[in-house]
Amino acid sequence: MKIRSSVFASFVLLLEVVGIVLFLRGFFPVPVKSSLASKSQLSEQPLEPLTGSPPNSSRLPPPLFKRVVIVLVDALREDFVFGANGRTHMPYTRHLVEKGSSHSFVAKARPPTVTMPRIKALTTGSIPGFIDVVMNLNSPALLEDNLIWQAKTAGKRIIFYGDDTWVRLFPKHFMEYDGTTSFFVSDYTEVDNNVTRHLDSTLKRDDWDILILHYLGLDHIGHISGPHSSLIQPKLLEMDDVLKKIHSALISKEAEGSLPYLLVLCGDHGMSETGSHGGSSEPEVNTPLVLISPAFRRKAGMEKPVVVEQVDLTPTLALGLGLPISQNSVGRVIAGLLEETSMRDQLRSLHLNGHQLSCLLKDSISNYEKVLGFEQFRVAEKAHGNWMKLYLEGNTSEVLTNMGKKVLKQYLEALAAMSSALSKQLGKYDMYSMIVGMVFLFQLLLVLLLAMPEALCGAAVVDLPVLSAMFSLPFYLLCLLLASVHVLVCTSAESSCYFCSLSWGLVFAAVAFCSAMFCILISMATRRLPLGIKSPLKSSGSGWQLSELDILLLVGTIGHTLSLGASSFVEEEHQTWYFLLNTLCLAVFQDVCRKYFREKSASIDEEELIFTSKDHPSPVHYKADAHTEKWLALATPPFSLLCCRLLRSLNHTGVQWAHLPDVGHWLNSSEHKTVLSFLSAFCLVLIYLLVQRRCSWVSKVALALGLIGVYSYRAAVGNVLFPWQHSSRTASKGTVEARFVYVFVLGILFSGTKDLLRSQVITADAKLKSRGLWEIYSGLVLLVSLLFRSHNLPVLCCSLLIQTLMAQFIWKKLHYDAAQTTIMHYWFGQAFFYYQGNSNNIATIDISVGFVGLESYVEAPAIFLTALSTYAGPLLWACHLICYLSSERDRSPVALGHGCYCLALLRSVPAAAYIVLVTVLRYHLFIWSVFSPKLLYESMHLLITAGVCLFFITMEQSPTSSKS
Amino acid sequence: MWDHEIRAMASTHAIIASSVFMATVLPAVFVPGFSVYGTHLVWLYSVSGAVTAVSVAVFWLLGITPPTKKHTLGYKLSRLFRSCLYFFLSCLFFHSVVVLYGAPLIESALETFSLAVLLTSLTTLRCLCVLGPSVQAWIRVFSRHGAMSVWDTCLQITVACTVVGAWLGAFPIPLDWDRPWQVWPVSCSLGAMIGFLTGLVGAPAWIHYHRKQLTYKSK
Ligand SMILES: [Zn+2]
Ligand SMILES: [Zn+2]
Repeated sequence: MKIRSSVFASFVLLLEVVGIVLFLRGFFPVPVKSSLASKSQLSEQPLEPLTGSPPNSSRLPPPLFKRVVIVLVDALREDFVFGANGRTHMPYTRHLVEKGSSHSFVAKARPPTVTMPRIKALTTGSIPGFIDVVMNLNSPALLEDNLIWQAKTAGKRIIFYGDDTWVRLFPKHFMEYDGTTSFFVSDYTEVDNNVTRHLDSTLKRDDWDILILHYLGLDHIGHISGPHSSLIQPKLLEMDDVLKKIHSALISKEAEGSLPYLLVLCGDHGMSETGSHGGSSEPEVNTPLVLISPAFRRKAGMEKPVVVEQVDLTPTLALGLGLPISQNSVGRVIAGLLEETSMRDQLRSLHLNGHQLSCLLKDSISNYEKVLGFEQFRVAEKAHGNWMKLYLEGNTSEVLTNMGKKVLKQYLEALAAMSSALSKQLGKYDMYSMIVGMVFLFQLLLVLLLAMPEALCGAAVVDLPVLSAMFSLPFYLLCLLLASVHVLVCTSAESSCYFCSLSWGLVFAAVAFCSAMFCILISMATRRLPLGIKSPLKSSGSGWQLSELDILLLVGTIGHTLSLGASSFVEEEHQTWYFLLNTLCLAVFQDVCRKYFREKSASIDEEELIFTSKDHPSPVHYKADAHTEKWLALATPPFSLLCCRLLRSLNHTGVQWAHLPDVGHWLNSSEHKTVLSFLSAFCLVLIYLLVQRRCSWVSKVALALGLIGVYSYRAAVGNVLFPWQHSSRTASKGTVEARFVYVFVLGILFSGTKDLLRSQVITADAKLKSRGLWEIYSGLVLLVSLLFRSHNLPVLCCSLLIQTLMAQFIWKKLHYDAAQTTIMHYWFGQAFFYYQGNSNNIATIDISVGFVGLESYVEAPAIFLTALSTYAGPLLWACHLICYLSSERDRSPVALGHGCYCLALLRSVPAAAYIVLVTVLRYHLFIWSVFSPKLLYESMHLLITAGVCLFFITMEQSPTSSKS
Repeated sequence: MWDHEIRAMASTHAIIASSVFMATVLPAVFVPGFSVYGTHLVWLYSVSGAVTAVSVAVFWLLGITPPTKKHTLGYKLSRLFRSCLYFFLSCLFFHSVVVLYGAPLIESALETFSLAVLLTSLTTLRCLCVLGPSVQAWIRVFSRHGAMSVWDTCLQITVACTVVGAWLGAFPIPLDWDRPWQVWPVSCSLGAMIGFLTGLVGAPAWIHYHRKQLTYKSK
């Protein structure tokens, strides 16, 4: 079966996407979930051991607290309270910690340290999987069993003020609420005043049981200026005052005889040294947890706080309020809080917690009997029964106390073991699906590699022996073999496997595909083999000599792929790309110099040849033209280098140097608003000048209006200023302006598509086709300029400038072939991905892009816009590649096919290598914080490249049709 | 065919390599607390100085430098002046290239410039010694098939090795190992030095083993 190389490459990429999806499904473990559909209920609580019939035995420990106030300060780091500066930062809290009746802990948050998974962890007690971060884009109501639901069902009245993530997670759960949106990260006073303004009236009232306050200001300050900025101190003092106010109000309300109150101060996650969060570094993970209640013993002085897990708060609060523990909670009750209650209640509380954990253990681990904690719990339960027997007999001797202490210890050990076994369960991978995905990917990569000589030859047609493979005996044998392996694996493996749960039709298709690919591979390899022995001598003599540039491109691609194995290189991948790009520019510079200085004698003949053929008007004129052209060509690589250096200091990403001050921060500070306004206006004008050249006049007008719309959108949002507008207006969402731009984007895209279709169907006019392509490209540029933050507009500008100059003076003039041009485009695209401020960390994705022009969160456009703006760099360069390759008249018609093939290869090699690396490193310390986000980025990039390659196919159709 | 020249080259390189060695060892006697990492700049200057002095002396004694047409003192002085100017310009060139590669512009300008001086004394200085201050000759030697003598080939090899060494030396910088040699510009200058020494050893060896294939166009 003969297919064109672009079609071949696109289909291979699409199949690779399927493979990687399968891999991802196996790689990201499904969170530990209880099998029970309903939520825990009071009536279903386990019986107290050996106490006889139900009314007696179902006794639950009485609640410890009447009212609970939870003050959650976003991004509150442990050292803000317990550190050396704690005394100045939060004097009142520190006083309570040191001398008050309180318990203080360092609560360890599990990565990903992002707000929504942390809220889920605090309320459900489970550890949300990594995949929850991706779901952070869109937070539907929390359906899992959780503390808030339990409290509401028990008739507790809950009031909530703060981050509206809570309101979205728990709709209709709160008696009263006021959600503050964290949409504008630059605001750090208003978000907190919105919470505090309700405090006075709420604290006076008596009609609530639980009050939750989520303060966002500290987190926003961290994002703006880091943990050491001067804004931190006043904000912490403000939080301290809030705490003092609440505490004194609670004390004044305290009535004799009723249950005491509980005041909880905690953080959802910490803050790294750069002020961001999401990773697993110590300052991000360690949060303070201060519990204040008159029920506790007074402290004598500062003790070193005990380290607990963040999820331990959930069962503790549940027991403290007399609620059932949520089913999926993996936390264990904090024993220190119970020490003032009676021994019977203490044991009963631990028993309830242990029973819940053992149920969860039974549901999530197949061989749960082997877990150490499970057996310990059984033993402890038995001992508890014995203790109860003595207790009910009225024994009050020393023996009973000692025995109680022993049972308590046994329970605590069992809880610790079960809790850690459950947490570990989260790191379990579905190896079978992973391996199947990997096999798919590698077969496809090998086919791609084996087809290289054919795909890159003059005809650009790949001959795939599909039919011969399908009708061969080995194919059927392999099918049988693989099917039996599948049955064997699926019946033997006890843990659930995604691939096994697929329907039989899909599995059979996969098996057939896998064996067909194997046969194709074998036959292609045998076809290559005799050729491979003969050819080296022949080919080395002819055109296969590698220039320095080829060596660099090859070494760079391989070296980059290898570098992904080191976590630092993944974190600092932008450095690799900047470095390679610089070297590439220097190598190109050397080529240019060589062309214009060294090979002068050769080029003179060529010039004369062109001169005679083209019949240029005047030789003097031509000489002068050639002269300026020479200098422009010589200036292009240094200019690109300069651009790259400037862009590099625009956004610092990565980990090690991200905290250094960069130009982007400088531009975004309010004092430099005028500079930013001038810069964005200048960039928009430049973008217009660079893009409009090849468009029809209708698109030119639309582009100009669209770019004006972009500026007014930014002015409406409050990023830039109009010259006549001096006072800072209240920032609106700029929906109208953004929709205005969308209209023009759609108009330009429509006109481009129309031109393309006309050129394809009716006239086969190459000029029309290239214009259509350029219009689509300029529509894309307009959309990206709307989505980019205003300080990022120079990135777009520079990329357009470099594209124009390189296309004009380098790629065309130096006769680089399609493969070389494609690799250069790919490298530039990768570097620009990082220039715009991206990194391999989920935290740098700019989610606010999803709201541009929308009144509220709508899933599909939000995801599309976010993906588009994140991958704007690679996408724009790939689109430019299509435009460039198809607009070259003198180029061979197969250039597009070659380009498409190279792009597919360039994307598949790192993707395939990376999933192997991730599989090997799956127990690495940084697997969740460094390697998994990168895996998601890689898969997304693969998907986008597949889309671009499909576009390649549609573009390639016309040369064959126009020729025929 | 060029046995004599290869032998001369090998001995020259041995002298230069030993000068590098001496420049690393001797300051330890005179300067208290001297170490390659700790007092890196001192090491850089001492090595650059030693290589410069020894190369100039050796190549002058050997008489590799192309014979000057005029023997007037004024012409010689102008050649000397031009050489110094080129040396300085090359320092600036390397400095700006390193800054383009991402070295901080202001913060550690001294370190960056010292690296540029080292690179210049390892590469440009050899060009000055072998080819004289003539840009045309340099461009000829560094373009494809441009070598016209054993010394040109040797120059190509050593310069390429040095530059590639410095290039490779930049790779460990982003790793989070916190080693003393990851501090800017230690790894780069060490890389350049190792590359240079490899070039010194490799060039005569390579020429020796490829002497059959090597053919030079005569002028
Ligand atoms: Zn948060
Ligand atoms: Zn945050």
